[in-house]
Amino acid sequence: MLTLEKAVFVQGDYQLSADVEFEVGKVTAVLGPSGAGKSTLLGGIAGFVPLKQGRLRWNGEDISDLAPAKRPVSMLFQDNNLFPHLTVMQNVALACAPQLRPSTEIRDKVEEMLDRVGLAGMSARKPSALSGGQQSRATLARALLLDRELMLMDEPFSALGPALKAEMLDLSVGLAQAAGRTLVMVTHDPADAERVADAVAGVAEGRVWPLQETQTFLCAPPTAFTSYL
Amino acid sequence: MAQRLVSITAALVVAGLVIGPVTAVLWRGGGFAALSAADLAALRFTVWQAFWSATLSVCLAIPVARALSRRTFWGRSALISVMGAPFILPVIVAILGLLAVFGGNGVVNAVLGPLGIPKLDIYGAQGVILAHVFFNLPLAVRLILQGWLQIPSERFRVAASLDAPVFWLLEWPMLRRIAPSAFAVIFVICLGSFAVALTLGGGPRATTVELAIYQAFKFDFDLSKAASLAVVQLCLGLSAGTVALLLSRGDMLGAGLDRVVQRWDGNRLVDALWISAASLFLLAPLCAILVAGLPGLFDLPSSIWPAALRSLLIALGAVLLTMILALPLATKAGEAASLLGISVSGLVLGTGLFLIVQPFVRPSSVALPITMLVNVLMALPFVLRILRPSVQSAKEDFGRLGESLGLEGWALWRIAYFPRLRRPMGFAAGLTGALAMGDLGVITLFSRPGEGTLPLMMYDLMGRYQMEAAYGAALLLVALSVGLFWAFDKGGRVNADA
Repeated sequence: MLTLEKAVFVQGDYQLSADVEFEVGKVTAVLGPSGAGKSTLLGGIAGFVPLKQGRLRWNGEDISDLAPAKRPVSMLFQDNNLFPHLTVMQNVALACAPQLRPSTEIRDKVEEMLDRVGLAGMSARKPSALSGGQQSRATLARALLLDRELMLMDEPFSALGPALKAEMLDLSVGLAQAAGRTLVMVTHDPADAERVADAVAGVAEGRVWPLQETQTFLCAPPTAFTSYL
Repeated sequence: MAQRLVSITAALVVAGLVIGPVTAVLWRGGGFAALSAADLAALRFTVWQAFWSATLSVCLAIPVARALSRRTFWGRSALISVMGAPFILPVIVAILGLLAVFGGNGVVNAVLGPLGIPKLDIYGAQGVILAHVFFNLPLAVRLILQGWLQIPSERFRVAASLDAPVFWLLEWPMLRRIAPSAFAVIFVICLGSFAVALTLGGGPRATTVELAIYQAFKFDFDLSKAASLAVVQLCLGLSAGTVALLLSRGDMLGAGLDRVVQRWDGNRLVDALWISAASLFLLAPLCAILVAGLPGLFDLPSSIWPAALRSLLIALGAVLLTMILALPLATKAGEAASLLGISVSGLVLGTGLFLIVQPFVRPSSVALPITMLVNVLMALPFVLRILRPSVQSAKEDFGRLGESLGLEGWALWRIAYFPRLRRPMGFAAGLTGALAMGDLGVITLFSRPGEGTLPLMMYDLMGRYQMEAAYGAALLLVALSVGLFWAFDKGGRVNADA
């Protein structure tokens, strides 16, 4: 269980408060209008946005003061997930070998993961030689290889076309669940939530609303979301 | 078509203003003279000091820029602005400031003396390099800082969440891209060093090619030797300038330098030490000028005011003419043509222009317009580096829209382009004005007594050891140069985003 206990995250002049729980093994969509603070919430969980007050717990353990690398979190950003001067192999291998010296064993694991995300035979390419969808797959491969229980997705597929976006969402959720991960994904599209999410955490008016089942949220949203939906 | 004609005319004017004077010097000198051992030593020293000045500036700028990129502190924005000051500071003023800190009777030696440490000697090669690092460290910091701030913040987050080494993953690739271009730009600037070499260098071991040209004119009036050295300078400057142009990326405006990248690495104390050391090195000479200059203001001779007015007129004329030439030259070919100006010795340009006008007017009566013209040619490459990216993007963004609305020629510039260019034009005009205001180059050769500019007057006061008055003149010169820069830069920013 990921628990945000009366948490307040601060980003510049903006504050976001959250007092919610995310269930282990489930897919939760973070939904809300543009600028509501969806990315701030994910940044706060990952340790990139300062926590002004409250606590963050993962399965009871307090992770509030841990550095980003020490949290049980892997994160996929909207852009710039890959390092342009590294090959796909090097980019993905960073998950297991951050010092950029992957062993043969790690290289084999990377190849296997690339195969699973549909990038077989592309490990020697640079990101610039990949399409947008392929870059997303490489990012997903790294996140899956990084052995962390909580996966955060900050609209990493927003630049893709509708069909490819749906395919990538299905692939991410399928692989994440197969690996037993808990997935929290930001989206501004209710259809994405309806497609893959078990629950929805609405973000509006400077706070995170209590989680609701996806259908319940979409059919009878809190008043703060009616005009948005 | 008309636009292209204007561009070609502007390029021809620049080429004529460079090639004409060089030819005149060659013609009057009766051809080239063979280079002596001393000339070759000057050539070696020029390259050597430019190499070390650029290397030290860039190497020291890296930790300072990194510290600035990842730390927020009170006055950070002001410090970054002040870091631009040495670049617009008149060379002769900066040298006076450096003498006050590092000179024989300076602050540093006053501290070292009682400790039994031998005195620092600022005269010679080490002084030339020290002065060049003082001028160019801020430029290097700004260029490299821009590189740091161009790294997307997500990549720092990815590196932090993977516990990956930020230096090898993000910083080294950026530095490999930015540092060579910063090195090349500073190397080119240091190649043409004159005022620094004139005041702190000299002698067989610290003479630059530009200083050797000055000596050939002033002491030997050996035009053929000056012409030969000018060609050497031209080849050196053109090749290094071309490399710098090929390596350079984007403008040097430093937009967005106020942003701080959130980082999870680095040591606060080490960063604080680098920022403090750089601030002390850059600000101490400026403070010394301020402290010593205030009482000196009351000792200024009355002839200082006409000299200040002459400098002001040269600066304003240079701004106007530079802008008229720069706008049609804001293309890749135009920028390449402008390199001609900075590659040729300013002294040779000035002398050539004097030789050309000599049959028609008394040369000393046109000393000021010629000084202005040489300053225009010297400023053009910097101005085009600043303006070209903005002109290009304005043309890309609004060129077709303008055409579709039937706008062309002056109307297109007035309605579509100028509003977009106000900010870089203001900055470029400020830079030109400040550089021309503080120029101590060709005027040293041809000015008649009592008709010099403010920097020349200050140099004379230093030569006569009237140091208090020299400090006062320095303060006045700084106030005028910075004021001119501020006025144009501020003017460009007013309603620039409207």
